[in-house]
Amino acid sequence: MGSVIDRITRGHFWHFHGGIHPPEQKFLTKNKPIRNLPLPGQLILPIQQHIGQPGDLLVSVGDHVLKGQVLTRSKSPATHSMVVPIHAPTSGIITAIKNSVIAHPSGLTSLCLFIEPDGEDKWQERNVCEHPQSLTREQVIDKITSAGIAGMGGAGFPTHIKVNTQAQINYLIINAAECEPYITADDLLIREHSATIIDGINILERLLTPHHILIGIEDNKPEAIKVLQQATADNPKIKVCVLPTKYPTGGEKQLIQILTGQEVPSGVIPSKLGIVMQNIATCFAIADAVIYDTPLIRRVVTVSGQALDKPQNVWALLGTPVNYLLEQCHYQNYAGQSNVNDKMHLIMGGPMMGFSLSTDQVPVVKITNCVLAPSKDEIPADNKEVECIRCGQCADVCPAQLLPQELQWSAKASDHQQLVKLNLADCIECGACAYVCPSQIPLVHYYRIAKAEIREQHLLNLQSEKAKTRFEARKIRLEKEKLARETKQKKAAEARKAKMAENTSESSNAISAVAAALARVKAKKAKLSSQQGEENSAEKAIPEKAIPEKVQLQADKKTKVAAAIARAKAKKLAAKASASQSSDAETKIQSVEKPTVPTETSGAKTEAKAEPKTEHKTETKTEKNKSETSETNDSTPKEPVHKANNDKKLKVAAAIAKAKAKKAQKLAEQNQNDNSDELPENKAETSLNEKAEAAQAKKIKDDNKAKRIAAAVAKAKAKKQEQQNQQNQQKAE
Amino acid sequence: METFVANLILAILAIAVLGGMSLLFGALLGYASVKFKVESDPLVEQLDQLLPQTQCGQCGYPGCKPYAKAVANGEAINKCAPGGEDTIKKIAELMGVEVKPLDENHEADNSPKVAFIIEEDCIGCTKCIQACPVDAILGAAKQMHTIIIDECTGCDLCVDPCPVDCIEMIPIEKTAQNWQWDLHSIPVVQVD
Repeated sequence: MGSVIDRITRGHFWHFHGGIHPPEQKFLTKNKPIRNLPLPGQLILPIQQHIGQPGDLLVSVGDHVLKGQVLTRSKSPATHSMVVPIHAPTSGIITAIKNSVIAHPSGLTSLCLFIEPDGEDKWQERNVCEHPQSLTREQVIDKITSAGIAGMGGAGFPTHIKVNTQAQINYLIINAAECEPYITADDLLIREHSATIIDGINILERLLTPHHILIGIEDNKPEAIKVLQQATADNPKIKVCVLPTKYPTGGEKQLIQILTGQEVPSGVIPSKLGIVMQNIATCFAIADAVIYDTPLIRRVVTVSGQALDKPQNVWALLGTPVNYLLEQCHYQNYAGQSNVNDKMHLIMGGPMMGFSLSTDQVPVVKITNCVLAPSKDEIPADNKEVECIRCGQCADVCPAQLLPQELQWSAKASDHQQLVKLNLADCIECGACAYVCPSQIPLVHYYRIAKAEIREQHLLNLQSEKAKTRFEARKIRLEKEKLARETKQKKAAEARKAKMAENTSESSNAISAVAAALARVKAKKAKLSSQQGEENSAEKAIPEKAIPEKVQLQADKKTKVAAAIARAKAKKLAAKASASQSSDAETKIQSVEKPTVPTETSGAKTEAKAEPKTEHKTETKTEKNKSETSETNDSTPKEPVHKANNDKKLKVAAAIAKAKAKKAQKLAEQNQNDNSDELPENKAETSLNEKAEAAQAKKIKDDNKAKRIAAAVAKAKAKKQEQQNQQNQQKAE
Repeated sequence: METFVANLILAILAIAVLGGMSLLFGALLGYASVKFKVESDPLVEQLDQLLPQTQCGQCGYPGCKPYAKAVANGEAINKCAPGGEDTIKKIAELMGVEVKPLDENHEADNSPKVAFIIEEDCIGCTKCIQACPVDAILGAAKQMHTIIIDECTGCDLCVDPCPVDCIEMIPIEKTAQNWQWDLHSIPVVQVD
């Protein structure tokens, strides 16, 4: 380790493979101070601006929020979840929460908060912490978590996870390389706010307790280097490492290799090697959050490109639409078109790793370090791709030592296995290969597609694996349930048999009679079978035993079903009757009234009215009901008027009882076509019963009671029939 | 005469040696076949790996594994609708047969979907729960049911049994997370 520091102090660094030297174009913005912008008319805040999960919304449309107010939070303990909260960048009213285009190469929409600034820019209450040294480690991490800080270099990894590592940290590396062309945001931030950055580095030092702190910065930022060297002069732990300019020095793995000589193996995170890297802008945000209680609500954005008259670094509130930044930096030919067409080529991020925007309404988010509006000559929007000539230049410049052209072929053939073998996952998408490609093949584009496909395939595999296990588990469960059911049925059958055997011993009750009948049948069958063949009789005894039982069970069931149906029918009829009551009752009462209270004026009319209606009613009802109604109609005129209503209800009740009985009978008939000889008897009996009961029902004044009794009678009848049926069947057999 | 006897002895010796060797290797192979016996048909396992495990039964078999078994026994390889062309290609590669277009009886649309229960309409009949091959539907008798989206394979099997037609298949939404970097189809949207 000593040798590493020796080398660094001597200014000797390691090299990573490949790399390129694209035109820097930093002169456009590097000599202008960071500009504060007036408040934009609207802020669009995507609720997810980092890697991980979005938080839950804490506000709703119409709420007035203060500057710095938290807008989302995580459900689980915040310091361990991949949720990063967002905050209101200024005071104002939430006008909408809806899907809007986000800063993503897909141009897809995602949930965004729309804030209309009220112009007051009023802060929520803040507690400035003068001495961050007095805070405990947990307090500091909590502050970082609640400030919503995610890595500001580009990936947007939640910072609180990164600084909460348990690993022993050897090197804390501060990434100030800013290797991508055009971008000068970090350069300017260092020059203007070095003190705050050093505060942030000190806080990180307390959290991670590294042995050494290395600030990696490219030698094309002399002013920033000078400022940093002055600011860190009193801390011997911090080493400002001035690195030769080469793209992509600022890549995490590349910078680690340059500074420590260690190569981060594929699929290993740097903290495994005792290294943590933070972007310098993140250090600034950490200091802001811990000391000044200011959440991450703004960042420095380089607005550059030759299509702008005044390219400059600006302090942009998160959520500021790109078109506002362009407007402020005097975008040429800006005619208020919101669609990006051939005339407007916008890139978010640097020219190497950024992505083209589909609309200029896209907001600035936590990872936006640059908005590029190049002129047509600067970066041609559309390159004509031609065939690969196998020159091998891409392999020479690849910082990850991959084989870009082979990757490209495999990606085009979507040969995922081969891509995995060629370590596509280690591609940092720096774009060096595409930059040098003489055939202008957009190599990184192919890799990105392939990466997404592989990720998708991996997810699908996981999903199908899960579905498979669930399917298998379900099959096992169903089998178990089936088995359980079978054993239960067996047990129940056995219990039934045992009970039956018990009952036969008491020969007095009816069931024992049935059992006796069964026994007789069995005996008969046994006799028959013994005649047929003596060897088989023993084997057949068991199934034979089961047959009569089964038949009986079936008959039982049938009669029960019949009774239930009868009940249901009766209910239906009752409902119908009550429905028709309103219309019928009137006419009936009128017809009843007529003889008792004769009214000369309307008499003829009401009669005329009543007659067709009663006719209609009788038509709808069954014949029995018809006779019944006519009967009751005959009797009613003799009784007083007020009784008419009750009588009618009684009639209905009686009709219901009859209908029930009829239905039950009909069903029974259907069930027993074979033993039809017994039926007339049955019918006669039931009809007799019905008549008696109907007469009885008439006598009872309380209609409700009558109904209930009728229902009960119907049930009783059904039961009786059931018994009869049983007997009939036995006889028949 | 002597030479004949010597030759005879040599011949017998050779037969004995070769016979002994064949017996030895036979025993060895027999032992190995018992000792290193492969439990299940590796081909069926491999085929099962390729199938999408939606357990949808569109192939006419009750699940993916039965179809894998059938394919191993010579069933047509083009019956997996959810797997689509990709799966057919992979199966063809594994089986060493020609790639066939998807069976015409099946719908060509195999875009990923999930079932969704319109919860106001659900009467709690549990019929869909019984139909679901992966137990992805939650609910009880006379209680509203709902679908666990993460577990749903989009197999369609719950749609038919529903007596009130309250289940519909909705395509999985494209988000920034599952986007496929198809730069040619970037929607150019006018934001108001």
